[in-house]
Amino acid sequence: MTTKSQALLNWVDERFPLTSSIKGHLTEYYAPKNFNFWYFFGSLALMVLVIQIVTGIFLVMHYKPDASLNAAGVPVAFASVEYIMRDVPGGWIIRYLHSTGASAFFIVVYLHMFRGLLYGSYRKPRELIWIFGTLIFLVLMAEAFMGYLLPWGQMSFWGAQVIVNLFSAIPLIGPDLSLVIRGDFVVSDATLNRFFSFHVIAVPLVLIGLVAAHIIALHEVGSNNPDGIEIKKKKDANGIPLDGIPFHPYYTVKDIVGVVAFLFFFSAVVFFAPEAGGYFLEFNNFLPADPLVTPLHIAPVWYFTPFYSVLRAVTYPLFGLDAKFWGVVAMGASVVVIAFLPWLDRSPVKSMRYKGPVFKGAVAIFVVCFVILGYLGVLPPTPGRTLVSQICSVLYFAFFLAMPWYSKLDKCKPEPERVTFK
Amino acid sequence: MKSRVISFIKRAAAVALFAPAMAMAAGAVLHLDKAPVSTDPAALQHGAKLFVNYCLNCHGASFLRYNRLQDIGLSEAAIRDNLMFTGEKTGDQMKVAMSRAEAKQWFGAAPPDLTLVARARASEFGSGADWLYTYLRQFHRDPNRPTGWNNLVFPNVGMPNVLWELQGEQVAKAGEHGSTLELVKPGKLSPEEYDKAVADLVSYIVWMGEPVAEKRKVIGMYVLAFLAGLFVLALALKKNYWKDIH
Amino acid sequence: MSVEQKMDSGRRTLLLATSAVGGVAAVATAVPFVASLTPSERAKAAGAPVEVDVGKLAPGEMMTVEWRGKPVWVLRRTPEMLASLAKSEPALSDPASEKEQQPEYAKNEYRSIKPEFLVAVGICTHLGCSPSEKFKPGAESGMGDDWPGGFLCPCHGSRFDLAGRVYKSMPAPTNLEIPPYKYIADTTIVVGDDGKA
Repeated sequence: MTTKSQALLNWVDERFPLTSSIKGHLTEYYAPKNFNFWYFFGSLALMVLVIQIVTGIFLVMHYKPDASLNAAGVPVAFASVEYIMRDVPGGWIIRYLHSTGASAFFIVVYLHMFRGLLYGSYRKPRELIWIFGTLIFLVLMAEAFMGYLLPWGQMSFWGAQVIVNLFSAIPLIGPDLSLVIRGDFVVSDATLNRFFSFHVIAVPLVLIGLVAAHIIALHEVGSNNPDGIEIKKKKDANGIPLDGIPFHPYYTVKDIVGVVAFLFFFSAVVFFAPEAGGYFLEFNNFLPADPLVTPLHIAPVWYFTPFYSVLRAVTYPLFGLDAKFWGVVAMGASVVVIAFLPWLDRSPVKSMRYKGPVFKGAVAIFVVCFVILGYLGVLPPTPGRTLVSQICSVLYFAFFLAMPWYSKLDKCKPEPERVTFK
Repeated sequence: MKSRVISFIKRAAAVALFAPAMAMAAGAVLHLDKAPVSTDPAALQHGAKLFVNYCLNCHGASFLRYNRLQDIGLSEAAIRDNLMFTGEKTGDQMKVAMSRAEAKQWFGAAPPDLTLVARARASEFGSGADWLYTYLRQFHRDPNRPTGWNNLVFPNVGMPNVLWELQGEQVAKAGEHGSTLELVKPGKLSPEEYDKAVADLVSYIVWMGEPVAEKRKVIGMYVLAFLAGLFVLALALKKNYWKDIH
Repeated sequence: MSVEQKMDSGRRTLLLATSAVGGVAAVATAVPFVASLTPSERAKAAGAPVEVDVGKLAPGEMMTVEWRGKPVWVLRRTPEMLASLAKSEPALSDPASEKEQQPEYAKNEYRSIKPEFLVAVGICTHLGCSPSEKFKPGAESGMGDDWPGGFLCPCHGSRFDLAGRVYKSMPAPTNLEIPPYKYIADTTIVVGDDGKA
């Protein structure tokens, strides 16, 4: 480095922790060397967040949150999406990136969360990372839900109508609360405008803040790994973990491979199947919102359906409160319970590699239930399906609530001294 | 007790396994004919002509600009001379000639805009094109309807068979497996010619739903090829760095 | 040592290749985003050429038509007005209209296809205000006794003659812009299309 640029760097470093930040978070942040496939999804989630923010900024330049009808009798908001798709040069790519990005975000985040479950990444000392992560998931659901209203199609409208009405199930304040959320007696222009404001400004700000907290907390305690052992326990003479390697360049070059592979599949959807068979862009959402006609079959977008199934599974009134209220409670609880995982898991080991058959079986049942719940959520209810979703919902909660017992009883294998690396 | 638990589990498993089949059984099942959708410019141009002559009087295509038809091989002059009313510009959108208020008065509801109909009509029973292709061929005479027409795919539809001059008149015969149609008065076109004309019209409506679709796939091929190359490089780079790690 | 150097050179080649290809990818990705900032099909349709019937204009009268959201003047000049153009020439900054990119047919003293009809974008080349009519010669326009008739920009006082040519020492740097236009009939012009673009 030339003396001049060194002098400039010194000047900056005296005023801003540039060099020390780069060292602390990249070149001298020591990550376990045995990360596997599952560890790509954290950086991929960050990547999708960037895609959503950049495409979102450009979409806002052309989109109009306006529910009134234009001269052709089409809501202005709906027409402005088609304006982006047809009249704005390159607009269709930007819009498909954003709509596909929404689903990709959930795919990546679900896999990222499953990684945490597999290797016990939520256990001490990473409880706060997990809680921040659960909050990110919650906020992401709010972001996706409000964004889904903006195209102002039939699914946008009726989806929002149903979900906002969930809040009216809360005793006493419920009806007034849903009125305050909508700003009208039905989902209307007022709702569209406030959801737009939340979707483009308020919620992304919170999301970015939480992501920062999530990463700062991670870099404070260091990353977990597939063996679930602490690399900081074995250090060399310089205090560097024996099984740790600098994040940069080793994991930056590795994550680039993951990013390119991800972009390959992502682009395949964007360019060849942007509707993804009606799962990413629902067919009925190509019809403008009509407050007088509900589509025959409405289902939330796929990423909400496991929780939506839990909601529908509750069909019994209890303690003098109706089933609708308990459905909402169950749905809320099915998300919130995830945050308590660090205190529910009492297993002596962290990683699935050393956990016993009971825990492994419980996770397998949990995954199957989650997938079934998700699948049933896109279908209209029948008595048979409601029964299945009830069984799966009970098993879903049992996985979490019975964990303190079965995780303790389980026969675990001994953890290794050092990480396994081939 | 134990056997009851087991039988319950068996029942639950059966329900879980056959949930997809039950999904289809729950609602009315639509049998749609597979639409022979074409991207051939001649077919699309023929479809555009049929659309302008038979559909555009009542239905708008308000997201499509006339000059976009250049994408299916028509010149601006050809668009202006053959497909447009006088006084419109080629940059204008395909707005409907009839006013919405009049339409409501005549049909009870304003005929829907058709720009996106091929995308909106997709369902678990088939693509939007399949629906349109079947729908436009299954009109039949029904004296109980105010228009004198009904449709097997869209029962009690508000629209009469605007293509009847071409297709002729069909009547519905109740049969063992639902109704079947029989041509009682031939139209200008033979049944084969009529099917071809509808196929062209449907192809055009599909094109109109997303004019960029073909270009999108071409760009997609380049993007995927490029990313595949970048992947090889990135993987080689990663391996080069990681050979230091033991 | 030499083994290590060899390794480094392989790594350097890969780094350069990956960065180069990745850079191309980044640029290609930027294309639709930058394109989305350019005028849309709607803007282009709204800015489409405009047909104007100029036959109804009385001599000395001016009409304003909108093209691409801008005022375009069509002034039917009287013989006296045309005569005044030669008179003002010594005081003009660019009498032959050489400075600004203009259609070929504007590079004459009348700056028009037919001398009688001036077609010009009514926007001052200084900062974009629309100049006002000061057609009456002499003191009547309040422009001084030797005013031959022309336009005055209300914002910063730029003066133009009846061919839209700017006077010397004015804030406006160039003559008023002449839009592309053509005659499709004797008294019908199309603004925005001169058959070339």
